Amino acid sequence: MPEMLENPVADIAPQKSYAAWRKQQRLAPYLFVSPFVILFTVFGIYPILKSLYLAFHCTNGPRSVVFMGLDNFLFLISDPDFRTALKNTATFAFFSVFLQLPLALGLAMLLNSTWLRGRNVFRFIFFAPNLVGQVFVGFLGLVIFAPRYGLFPRFLNFVAGVDPGIKWLGDESYIMPTLVLLSLWMYVGYNSIYFLAALQSVDNELHEAAAVDGASPWQQFWHVTVPAIKPVILIVVIMSTIGSFQLFELPFTLLEGTGGPNKAGLTLVMYLYQSGFEVGNLGYASTIGWTLTLILMALSLVQRRVSGAVRGNE
Amino acid sequence: MNERPNAISMRISGEPVGYNAGALTPARALLYVVLIGLSLFMLAPLLWMVCAAFKTQKDMFAYTFLPYGDSQPTTQNFVDLFIKYKFGRNLLNSFFLTCTATTVSLVLASLGGFALAKYEFAGKKPLMFVMLATMMIPSSVLLAPSYELLVNMGLMNTYWGILLPGAVGAFGMMLFRQAMLSVPDDLIEAARLDGCSEFGIYWNVIMPVVRPMSGAFCLMAFMANWNNFLMPMIVLQSDSLFTVPIALSQTIGLTGDNQYGLLMAGTLLGVMPPAVLFFILQQEFIAGLTSGAVKG
Repeated sequence: MPEMLENPVADIAPQKSYAAWRKQQRLAPYLFVSPFVILFTVFGIYPILKSLYLAFHCTNGPRSVVFMGLDNFLFLISDPDFRTALKNTATFAFFSVFLQLPLALGLAMLLNSTWLRGRNVFRFIFFAPNLVGQVFVGFLGLVIFAPRYGLFPRFLNFVAGVDPGIKWLGDESYIMPTLVLLSLWMYVGYNSIYFLAALQSVDNELHEAAAVDGASPWQQFWHVTVPAIKPVILIVVIMSTIGSFQLFELPFTLLEGTGGPNKAGLTLVMYLYQSGFEVGNLGYASTIGWTLTLILMALSLVQRRVSGAVRGNE
Repeated sequence: MNERPNAISMRISGEPVGYNAGALTPARALLYVVLIGLSLFMLAPLLWMVCAAFKTQKDMFAYTFLPYGDSQPTTQNFVDLFIKYKFGRNLLNSFFLTCTATTVSLVLASLGGFALAKYEFAGKKPLMFVMLATMMIPSSVLLAPSYELLVNMGLMNTYWGILLPGAVGAFGMMLFRQAMLSVPDDLIEAARLDGCSEFGIYWNVIMPVVRPMSGAFCLMAFMANWNNFLMPMIVLQSDSLFTVPIALSQTIGLTGDNQYGLLMAGTLLGVMPPAVLFFILQQEFIAGLTSGAVKG
């Protein structure tokens, strides 16, 4: 089909060419979008509608389906495993937004200092861990946090005398700190690239003017820098929240497919996977999926509102 | 903390010059120390992974980084990986699947993006509305019905089962549409007057103009496909089809007597291809990463 379009003038007799010419012009956009539209309908729209259907059904494997009405959602609310997964995921998201992002912003401001030499080298070094995909960070973490052998227990033992035998991945109270640490390592530099790009577009004269007016660095930060880069902050906060709530690969490989002891590392998507593909209830998995969607939509709505309210105060 | 370079001289030279712009004050020296310390924290795990890949289990405990003196670094882990675990097969699978998936999504996204950016056609508005609406739905919602669909279509345990569902990301198409909107219509009209077909315009006019965007897109798609885990884990069942992440998780892992070095050797090989590609396309990647965020 592309061959036909590629050289229409040569193929078509001169007197008929105008009609054919118009025709290929009219048809072209349809031909261009149709491969995507066909695949999108089959593997995008159909599954979305089907998962809405499934969310109200109970399945045992792909072929036995029983209508449940709202029972899936009612069960979900009182399901202790779902609550654990929700609590873990929300905790992780909290640390991503309120610990990791401030650190990333601080790092970006440091990297934005005009006197700094080697900015690109530092920027690259901080970004480097992000080149390791989440799956692989999980494998790496499995060994780095291994009691006695791993780099992390050894480092803590060396600088602070902490017992190197602590089971970072085998003790429920250490799993979340481990996940937060690994995600800090992975994403601080990545997010600071967004902040740095935003900071570089802030007009330096604003800071000059504020300084002339006697604003302290802290006041300059709150009244000049933050308002100027607020659109980027909002985008990064929303992206981090969405990403954190979909956390799966890192804890899955890190805890070798389990949720860890006492499910301390079980996330929402992990629970979705377990319900759908280990237990075999595709219906309940869809219920979890749509609950996650609703949570994400509510959160981005709240975040937009909050940022709008802050803007209104200025 | 209040020293700032002279704003005017900075704008002229692009580099901070003047009285104390380049001077190393104690505060600045401290910040350099902080930055270098943080850099070490970022790099140490990667360096340690490389070292662990070249150590035996015994040396893993005895030496923090590389062994020296009585013991020597060894390539035994890599030998085991390729001979015992047939890791070469997994690497080839990953390369094949990643390159195919990246090419398919590049073609679909750029062709579709072109149609959305430069043509008016029936159904364009509803299509864009549906695409934007589905972008808000997390991909995990699709898992269960996609699995059911693949079972019914007989595509389980095939690469089609990963390629087809993976090709429908609306995000890439929106990226291309955005980049192509800025191509002047006059350029397209001129090509048309010269007798260029519509596909010719796409191939000879549009694609060269959005080349930086294509580079960034390919890199992002390559990394996403290379690291793809959830869908391959659900779809693939036989060892001979496993990609690198699936093989590391399902067959190698920490089986038996805790083979840390083996797992690190496999992880190292799994991390290399996207990292190498990133080095080659670095500038385009950073530009692509931040383009949407900063302007929006």
